[in-house]
Amino acid sequence: MAKTLVFLEHHDDAIQKGPLGVLAKAAQVGADVDGVVVGSGVKELAARAGAFGAQTVHVADDERVAAPLPQPRVDVLAKLVRDEEYDTVLFAQSILAADVAAGLAARLNAGLNWGLVDFDGETGRAPQLQDTVVVDVGWSTPVRLGIFRAGALDPSETGGSAEVRDVAVELEDFSTQAEMLEQAHAEQQGPSIEDADVIVAGGRGLGEPEKFALAEELAKALGGAVAATRAVVDAGWYPYSAQVGQTGKTVSPKLYVALGISGAIQHKVGMQGSNVIVAINKDPNAPIFEFSDLGVVGDLNQIAPKLAELVRARKG
Amino acid sequence: MKIAVCVKAVPDAASGRRLDPGTKRLDRSSELAISDFDTYAVEEGLKLKEAAGEGEVVVVSMGPERAMDALRKALAMGADRAVLVSDASLEGADLLGTAKALAGALEKEAPDLVLFGQQSADGGGAVLWAAVAEKLRRPVISQASELTVEGDSVTGKRQTEFGYDSIRAPLPAIVAVSDAINTPRYPSLKGIMGAKKKPQDMLSAGDVGGAGEVGTTVVELSPPPARGEARKIEDDGSAAEKIVEFLAEKRLV
Repeated sequence: MAKTLVFLEHHDDAIQKGPLGVLAKAAQVGADVDGVVVGSGVKELAARAGAFGAQTVHVADDERVAAPLPQPRVDVLAKLVRDEEYDTVLFAQSILAADVAAGLAARLNAGLNWGLVDFDGETGRAPQLQDTVVVDVGWSTPVRLGIFRAGALDPSETGGSAEVRDVAVELEDFSTQAEMLEQAHAEQQGPSIEDADVIVAGGRGLGEPEKFALAEELAKALGGAVAATRAVVDAGWYPYSAQVGQTGKTVSPKLYVALGISGAIQHKVGMQGSNVIVAINKDPNAPIFEFSDLGVVGDLNQIAPKLAELVRARKG
Repeated sequence: MKIAVCVKAVPDAASGRRLDPGTKRLDRSSELAISDFDTYAVEEGLKLKEAAGEGEVVVVSMGPERAMDALRKALAMGADRAVLVSDASLEGADLLGTAKALAGALEKEAPDLVLFGQQSADGGGAVLWAAVAEKLRRPVISQASELTVEGDSVTGKRQTEFGYDSIRAPLPAIVAVSDAINTPRYPSLKGIMGAKKKPQDMLSAGDVGGAGEVGTTVVELSPPPARGEARKIEDDGSAAEKIVEFLAEKRLV
């Protein structure tokens, strides 16, 4: 029987949905599933994981691991795997979780598969090359590590309760060298894109920040909100609060219009639940055309303003 | 300041990427090019060297021997040297073997700063830097969209699921940079001409401490689930009209 540990990432006093989904998956395939919470003042939230399928939740509650940095978490997880003899450690994709998983893989010499969308206890399923091929993957090391793709699994509340166990925190010298100067908190500014029925999203293919006016004009005509990709938000073209994708919002509007968006997996996971996807991109090989209901290869500078005009005319 | 930039030579996107059904690994028989994501790391290394007014930028990679041709692009951009770990025993290496080989090469180089791109362009992984940092026992900052080196520390601003973090680490450190951090330069003609003459060293697996373990297996490849009724059209001047027709059909306008 597999003994599985799930890394329970938390933010603002709540365990993230991603790892709760991983707990549910691990419990479903019949593993003994425990969780681990690392942070400061996190005992109370750790106990809540019991309701989502964790039998035991290990808590490393220590001021020194308060900031969400990966390397101290590798120390905590490595010790747990060794002391408690876990053979499987599972993560839900996040910036933090990927770094923890990779560090742990190197520490324990344990195989790591990422991008998993499913797992049957032996084999994982990981679509690759922009989802153009489905790859079933396995492990050849005694300890197996896996990262599930963002949004791949849904949590399921079982109503159980977990035993909460304290873990002593022992840190390597190099693990505490990186220091969090300023930690991210959800910025709430502008209208929420998560509730919009129509979203017009812009990516790097807009060419320059000023071209977001095209997305705004079209969104206004369609009665929708404007969203952006990680690349343009990171480049400072548009606010983070409007970002769709793995490190941004997950949206499922009735209509998603993608302007100049290539369709990287990190973006796809945030919008693939949209009812209808229309993409305009000048690159005929852009991956977004693989999952658009209507793909248009062309110049968005020409098409978007005309489309806005036609929509306005139709509405009268 | 000595900067090492880890890069990957991947099959050129234009010639298409596919998995070889025989080996179940990425088909690398076509032309190799430096992963686009890694050119941002090369650019950042060059900028830091230029700002410091001194130093060296070394590109470090693992791959088949002909990957050296791809590394020359980084040399043409301005990097000073290239080091390629290439060995038949490293074929099929996954994260564990790659991290071990790169860490071994980096240990020899002993740079102040190691840079990575934000992800691999083929495998889509975003894990290598943290594994290399663990092997080297150095601090790591991932996905930096801004980077500042001051004295003997480096500060990175990076995006997470919750907004922006600012993280500082003492040098030597490992940093992965996002593709928003800069605009990579195009190699100049002079740079391209000069690249061939720059030092290009090949290391064997033995030079970097032997081949690592392979921790993962590929069990089976299969085609993705069939797409819905996706339509793709080329704009012939009437695309806007066609989109409106489509939206009307779906009762969205």
